[in-house]
Amino acid sequence: MRAPDRTETIALLGLLALLGGGALLPQWALFLVTLALTKGLVVLSLLLLMRTGLVSFGHGLYYCLGAYAAGTVGQLLHVGDAAVMLLVAFAVSGAVALIVGLLLASYRGIFFAMLSLAFSMILYGLLVKSSALGSTDGFNIAFASAAGVKLSSASRRYFLFALVASFAALAAVGMHRFLGSHLGRLVPAVRDNELRVEYLGASVRNIVYLNSIIAAALTGLAGALTALVVGHIDPEMAYWTTSGEFVFVAILSGTSSVLAPFLGSLLFELLRSFAYQYSPNTWQMVVGAAMLLVIMFLPTGLWAVFRGKRT
Amino acid sequence: MGHVLAVVIDGIIYSSWLFIIAVGLTLIYGVMKILNLAHGSFYALGAYAAASLVGRWLAGGGSPYGSYAMLILAAILVGLVVGPLIERGLLRFLYGKDEIVLVLVTYAVFLILEDAIKLVWGVEAYFVSEPYGLLGSVSIAGLTYPVYSAALVLVSLLVGAAFALALNRTRQGKLLTAVIHDREISAAMGIDVRRVYLVTFTVGTMLAATGGALTAPTVSVVPGMGVEVIVLAFAVVVIGGLGSFAGAALGSLIVGMVRSAAVHYLPAVELFSIYVVMAVVLIARPRGLFRALEARKI
Repeated sequence: MRAPDRTETIALLGLLALLGGGALLPQWALFLVTLALTKGLVVLSLLLLMRTGLVSFGHGLYYCLGAYAAGTVGQLLHVGDAAVMLLVAFAVSGAVALIVGLLLASYRGIFFAMLSLAFSMILYGLLVKSSALGSTDGFNIAFASAAGVKLSSASRRYFLFALVASFAALAAVGMHRFLGSHLGRLVPAVRDNELRVEYLGASVRNIVYLNSIIAAALTGLAGALTALVVGHIDPEMAYWTTSGEFVFVAILSGTSSVLAPFLGSLLFELLRSFAYQYSPNTWQMVVGAAMLLVIMFLPTGLWAVFRGKRT
Repeated sequence: MGHVLAVVIDGIIYSSWLFIIAVGLTLIYGVMKILNLAHGSFYALGAYAAASLVGRWLAGGGSPYGSYAMLILAAILVGLVVGPLIERGLLRFLYGKDEIVLVLVTYAVFLILEDAIKLVWGVEAYFVSEPYGLLGSVSIAGLTYPVYSAALVLVSLLVGAAFALALNRTRQGKLLTAVIHDREISAAMGIDVRRVYLVTFTVGTMLAATGGALTAPTVSVVPGMGVEVIVLAFAVVVIGGLGSFAGAALGSLIVGMVRSAAVHYLPAVELFSIYVVMAVVLIARPRGLFRALEARKI
């Protein structure tokens, strides 16, 4: 029998540690870790795209779509079940990606980034002008049960934490398996040399399309989870600066391991909370400087993305 | 009829404002192949510098008409100081890297500058409205417009004409066009590409700062004014074709008119009409309306 994969073991152990330790953490820490894990899911989907050689500056589109899908189902259709909300978010983002991904699959490089940015800004513009959905205020979102099981408000926070941690571990393991599979190994090949992949008989466009859909569905799910954790959604989730933040965490984490996004996201959230507390007006500067340092001096994550593009 | 005239005039004013900012962006991309996300913060720097300079000038008892010179001076100063600083201090080490890496670098610069502005000027709003109201207003077919807007249109026409002239008639302009088309061969021919890069980035910064300086009297100068501007400028430049000056002009005209029409006829779509146009153009003509000829590289 094959020895268990190291990454999967770490993911499982991490999940167990989180579930156990989560019961002991204070509320604010639990909230922070939960949020970091949901954002880590988004960064994981960005990792998939970056391994394909694409940087998406418009991931806020699916993030916001997932959140608003869950919220609309919750508030306007009066469904209080978390499972239904998450399923709807997953489905809606996947469905939108079926169309948008088709358009985006023809583009590479900065045009991919700019077109994805344009789509996310279109959603932003739509949401801001829609008073039914709360315009720039957004609206609150709450859930009372999950898959039919009613939850008391006391246990809800831990339940969400456990749910998010499980999803994170599942997504990490799933992504790891996918990237190790036959189709997944073509992903970095597409980044390295598309022409060669075509000569091998695989379809580059199909791979990029599939990756877009996977990334979008995962991000939509993460958006809905964030909405449930935070309890509030607003159009700012679709703004390009939100997408830029995800890109930053993706660069910080690097693309070498599927567990890196979660660590990077945790680090980012911790740093942000403390930076905001002590010096709110220099946070962006810290982020920008850190990004510059990573790009210039810690290229392992970043160069692996762009290796083979320029001699 | 009056309504259509209002749409057209508003569109022209907005297009001129967009053109001043977009032409700097397309210049920087065309020559250096860098999509400069920091353009928005150069714009904001120009606005803040203008606010400070005009404020000082007027407080020092200067003539109100001199404040216009102060606006232009602020823009030039920002360009001369910030442009070479960033180009020589940072971008110089990163030429030759993949385009998307440079986008991320300029994004980092944008973040740093946004906070730098907050550190230097604080977070309160600045108001420097004297230059705006000084020239009075003019009435066109029953619609009242400030003469300042006409001045804005004039400046943008001047900038456009200056570019057209400089690129086609002067020697430096032809060298610049050569570098735009092929950097390697230009270097092989003996053109000092590094100096061209420095000058280009400085001029681009100056143009963004001019846009900001000219906008400062019309709005309250607050942190974060650059964020919205970047995506607008991108939309314009991408529609017109990255690196093309005629494209920047046409792009700003299209975006200006579309937005003006949206504001007047269908306000609900105002915000995203521009991005819809950008998406449509990108889908139909991936390189923009005026595509630069590119040989396919394997």
